[in-house]
Amino acid sequence: MATKRTLLQSFTTPFGEIPSAAALVAACIVWALVLGVWAIASYGGYVADMFLPVPDAVIRRGISLASDGTLFVHIWSSVKVVILGFLLSAVIAVPLGLYMGTYKIVQAALEPLVNFIRYLPVTSLVPLFILWIGIGIGQRVTVIFFGVFFSQLIMIADEAHAVSRDLVNASYTLGTKRNEAIWHVIFPAALPNIINTLRVTMGWAWTYLVVAELVAANSGLGFISLKAMRGFQVDTIFLAIMLIGLLGLISDMAFRLLRRWLCPWAA
Amino acid sequence: MSMKGSLSIQDVTLTYGKGEKRVLALDGISFEVKPNEFTVIVGPSGCGKSSLLYIAAGLIDATSGSILTSGKRVVEPGGDRGMVFQSYTLFPWLTVRQNVEYGPRRKGMPAPERNKLVDRYLNEVGLTAFADHYPKQLSGGMMQRVAIARALANDPDILLMDEPFGALDSQTRHTMQKLLLRVWEHSHKTVAFVTHDIDEAILLGDRVIVMTARPGKLKADIRIDIPRPRNPDVELEPDFIALKRRILNELRDEIDEDH
Ligand SMILES: Nc1ncnc2c1ncn2[C@@H]1O[C@H](COP(=O)(O)OP(=O)(O)O)[C@@H](O)[C@H]1O
Ligand SMILES: [Mg+2]
Repeated sequence: MATKRTLLQSFTTPFGEIPSAAALVAACIVWALVLGVWAIASYGGYVADMFLPVPDAVIRRGISLASDGTLFVHIWSSVKVVILGFLLSAVIAVPLGLYMGTYKIVQAALEPLVNFIRYLPVTSLVPLFILWIGIGIGQRVTVIFFGVFFSQLIMIADEAHAVSRDLVNASYTLGTKRNEAIWHVIFPAALPNIINTLRVTMGWAWTYLVVAELVAANSGLGFISLKAMRGFQVDTIFLAIMLIGLLGLISDMAFRLLRRWLCPWAA
Repeated sequence: MSMKGSLSIQDVTLTYGKGEKRVLALDGISFEVKPNEFTVIVGPSGCGKSSLLYIAAGLIDATSGSILTSGKRVVEPGGDRGMVFQSYTLFPWLTVRQNVEYGPRRKGMPAPERNKLVDRYLNEVGLTAFADHYPKQLSGGMMQRVAIARALANDPDILLMDEPFGALDSQTRHTMQKLLLRVWEHSHKTVAFVTHDIDEAILLGDRVIVMTARPGKLKADIRIDIPRPRNPDVELEPDFIALKRRILNELRDEIDEDH
């Protein structure tokens, strides 16, 4: 009985550690609940299958789309858009954010504009993108970029700005020059948090996928989902949603691994 | 050159802020530190001790007056003035060994020579076994030992220490004082050491500078003639206690005026 009581105590202690088995069980229970509610609602006929597919219909749809390879074409098409949009954003936001967080003058110059743009709804810009860029992959990548870049930039600037002044001061007293501090000290010091920012904003890239594929795509998970809506194929919509979630989860884990690999010291 | 390692504080004034928020932190303080001298600076909290060291390090600028180190006017930070801070400032992404070799590596010292140097300083601060640990895996006392080794390995002319043991428990503090005495007796660097612990000041210093309450000025300059090598046992001897009384009296005036 004693162990049970301590387990309960550890669950109810703020920031308390819990056994990893307990974490796994808790996660499984929540998943089982969600899937269970879905199964009961659909198999039980509480919700019409026009609106809510039965789970095995989703699986069968997945298998049939996978067997002729079209599923992978759509997945790859979406992954390509997300990765390109995200990389384009990160490649600019990381160095620029570092400069923004480090040098007041860069921050003063950019922040007002960036903050203005970052509150514009991306959807409101889509007509403009189509007019300017057309309806190719460039348009979709641009939507992802706009969904991610401006907030990513501000978040990375904040991380650079939060680096301890005395860490930079200490490097000066060891001979580091002022113009070297940004790459020799501020960047490595902020790196774990920068990777965290990338991980979080990668999630946003996935959430903008459907917006990106809304207008003019002819492949992709958002595209098949929209097409399925017109044909009332709710099982395909479910399949696309689940795959986007799954891919998001995988990219999240990839960034966690990247952080552990690049910054073992911050574990 | 005989100037190497000297520190000359010349009529230094410092104000923080502007307008209503203006604070006069240092008000025309002057004193000289000879090469190889261990000078300890004490004074009421907020009197500008840290500010003075930061100016000497070139990390902030004096409002007027100047500081000369090794005869050269301080205009910017440089590796010739090493500093150990009260807060922990090891580079967290580098191991203990990499932290200590940061300065020599920057200067382009060849690896074999560098490794020997780092080994020597790690041994001196008793952390050879922790060479490949990251700062996060160390205790506060160990981190400050690495910080001292890191500063010394860069071979500065002057070592500035701003309450380096202030955050440590008294047990660890005593160990660190002994270690610093030993290390200093080997290197005989010029040291400017800030503390608010009077026992520590007398135990370590050739000389104790007492500052007034803010705005900081020179209040007293007391020579500590206790023979070296010293160890913490001297704290019980009459000479030590007499010095302590003297410094306490100087300080008490300042602290009473504060209230
Ligand atoms: N960045 C700052 N801005 C405004 N005032 C400051 C700043 N840094 C220190 N001060 C003020 O200057 C005085 C001296 O500070 P400091 O040098 O840290 O004193 P000490 O190290 O002797 O405690 C204090 O009254 C402190 O409040
Ligand atoms: Mg201080």
